[in-house]
Amino acid sequence: MKTEAKASKAMLAEQFRSFIDPEFVITDDETLKPYECDGLAMYREMPMMVVLPDTVAHVQRVMRICHEHGVPVVARGAGTGLCAGAMPHKEGVVLSLAKFNRILEIDPVGRTARLQPGVRNLAISEEAAQHGLYYGPDPSSQIACTIGGNVAENSGGVHCLKYGLTVHNILSVDIITAEGDRVTVGSDGLDGCGMDLLALLTGSEGLLGVVTEVKVKLLPKPEVAQVIMAGFDSIEKAGDAVGAVISHGIIPGGLEMMDGHAILAADDFCGAGYPRDAKALLLCEVDGTEEEVHEHITEAEGVFRKLGATSIRTSQSEEERALLWKGRKSAFPAVGRISPDYYCMDGTIPRRHLARVLLEMETMSEQFGLRVANVFHAGDGNLHPLILFDANVPGEFDRAEAFGSAILELCVAVGGCITGEHGVGVEKIRQMAVQFNDEELQQFHDVKAAFDPTGILNPGKGVPTLKFCQEYRSIEHKQHKHEQADAAHG
Amino acid sequence: MADQIQRMQEQVLQARSEGRKLNILGGGSKAFMGRNADPAAGTLSLAEHTGVVEYHPVELVLTVRAGTPLTEIEAVLAEHGQCLHFEPPHISETSTIGGTLACNLSGPSRPWAGSVRDQVLGVRLLNGKGEHLRFGGQVMKNVAGYDVSRLQAGAMGTLGAITEISLKVMPRPAATTTLVREMAMDEVVDYTNRRAAEPKPITGACWVDGRVYLRLAGARSAVEATADKWGGDVVADGDTFWRQVQDLQLGFFDDQNTPLWRFSVGSTANMPALDGPWMIDWIGSQRWYRGEASISDLEPLARAAGGQVSLFRGGDRNGEVMHSQPEALKTIQRRVKNSFDPDGIFNPGRLYSWL
Repeated sequence: MKTEAKASKAMLAEQFRSFIDPEFVITDDETLKPYECDGLAMYREMPMMVVLPDTVAHVQRVMRICHEHGVPVVARGAGTGLCAGAMPHKEGVVLSLAKFNRILEIDPVGRTARLQPGVRNLAISEEAAQHGLYYGPDPSSQIACTIGGNVAENSGGVHCLKYGLTVHNILSVDIITAEGDRVTVGSDGLDGCGMDLLALLTGSEGLLGVVTEVKVKLLPKPEVAQVIMAGFDSIEKAGDAVGAVISHGIIPGGLEMMDGHAILAADDFCGAGYPRDAKALLLCEVDGTEEEVHEHITEAEGVFRKLGATSIRTSQSEEERALLWKGRKSAFPAVGRISPDYYCMDGTIPRRHLARVLLEMETMSEQFGLRVANVFHAGDGNLHPLILFDANVPGEFDRAEAFGSAILELCVAVGGCITGEHGVGVEKIRQMAVQFNDEELQQFHDVKAAFDPTGILNPGKGVPTLKFCQEYRSIEHKQHKHEQADAAHG
Repeated sequence: MADQIQRMQEQVLQARSEGRKLNILGGGSKAFMGRNADPAAGTLSLAEHTGVVEYHPVELVLTVRAGTPLTEIEAVLAEHGQCLHFEPPHISETSTIGGTLACNLSGPSRPWAGSVRDQVLGVRLLNGKGEHLRFGGQVMKNVAGYDVSRLQAGAMGTLGAITEISLKVMPRPAATTTLVREMAMDEVVDYTNRRAAEPKPITGACWVDGRVYLRLAGARSAVEATADKWGGDVVADGDTFWRQVQDLQLGFFDDQNTPLWRFSVGSTANMPALDGPWMIDWIGSQRWYRGEASISDLEPLARAAGGQVSLFRGGDRNGEVMHSQPEALKTIQRRVKNSFDPDGIFNPGRLYSWL
């Protein structure tokens, strides 16, 4: 039991229980346990308390009380995040938005949906389907992840290249500020007046405000979608094929790549019929009107053939399309089957450096003595290397973490970034020092303070302290980084 | 084509030490926007800070210095069959990409292609401490750190001088057709919204002078099939019409003596037909109105329509020209401003009197 908390646990619990159903003010270790981590289970911390209010007014009261007592608040949706962004603070309150799971309104003519933050991503599209509409961003966790969490992380998915990220698909959010004010940021209009605080809030990982309502844009469901599966005997050729399709003026709805390890694992897992001897596989989905899809599929097939595809298969039915995607969508569990544990990374690189980065990763794989499989949102340069390890072998997780860190630094060295869609959270806070200098990090801290002067919202996440960075950029580390940069540019 | 960073940095530091203000100026085409510039402030010019820094057509990414004119950028992109698909308004030939982002201006394709803000991947910014900072990057997906790049959209230079911008660019559509039909103003919002809800290659929906124009763009076969299905007259020179919409050059914009108001509202909202000419763009999300009025009279109308209003051109530019902000957001924006520009050097009072 923590005795150094800024406000006593008992006193806080009593205050919360005066307006929240006491059953949903959780203070006992057994019930707190499931909240100790998010989707990145390697990072754990027990919270002081979890509260599950069910009205916005109650969320506001929770924030006011925490602000008054200087108690850290970690907002939480479904807890599917992959950067330990929702990992609790040991002296803080986890503010669960799980009870806010209602779709408040769908406007089929104006093509918008008004949502509580705990609505699941997939539920939006399911509800909108009756109007021929859907919600664009589709992170792989979409069956479970919530729209509030999507806003906090600026979630993407496989359709980003054409349909954008969360930031492109929302109109407004209601937030409770750190000081307990309730405000709407954004409007029903597309471009409002003043600073674009909506952009700033999107992807801010719960550090700037607590989202209590979201208004999203809905898109008309494409008439047709078809996917081409193309195998290649080298990563380089597949990478060139991606560039060639896009240069051709075709923007695919989804454009995914898998390397040889991922192809085998996925094909073993679900029998998608992938070319097992291929070194790289592309899934290129084209959607639109019937005429458009027909025209673009024919062109894209031609491009792949010309660039040396060793096999090409185009879905002829919805069932076949689903089967071809199934392998990609189950790539993570498939890899989970060939290894006791895996660690999923999330760097983004300029696509032209793909072959170089994958090659370098293979060298690192030997250095660290760990296997790595790659799935890749090829259209927008977002890499998801899956590092395979066994947590039961002492030291393997540490090696996996070091390997992951080296991969992210390589991404920065070739002009990319340390996280494309999973966020920084606790996990990548060290690598922030590689991507940004002290002045830039200080600017982030100053922006945070503009929203949260006392620093109670999700403290310790997202942006490292400068002192921490100086330590991380120690001489030994710098040396390591330079070696990698040389390798990357060599 | 030149890198002017050192000169600009020195100018900011000098202004800071002398307690002076600076008005940021690119091509000067949007000097009429925002509140009147502080006449006592000096000028920080970006007009010479021009040129493409990096362009990889295959990546769909362009990095360019902020003072680069839009026409120059578009010429470079056109060589590779690409474009700025948010269709930035060329208020004049001198309009720059930096000013376009600072004012967050986008053209008729905005509801489909997104705005300039949506296409921004990264910026370099000279803040009020004279620090030259880099945010975002040159890749499509990047969630490291706060999205300071997109925060610049519409901030009108109050947070610092944007010196470099990385943008997503897109292929030009293979084919385009424009359909037109006569329509009364009170029918148009429902009509365009229903069209926009169909999965068809629509990229423009604008009503002006009693006619509604729809633009179809994309694969030729899809454009032709949709045009046949939807009907209406095909406009012979549709591209010219959209170009005029984009650049605010239509006859509707000719009268520069009467205040021009811009409503940014819900696309389906019903709004009272105030006396004076209207133009409805962006499926109904952007409505232009020309008439004598005060912002405090129009704000309730905008609010009832789910959005905001601003005084785009003309009228009283010593008073507020932007929709008012609730107290909590005012406080946050003041603090954000202070975090970038603690001495209030940049564009004082240009966005709001209190900023």
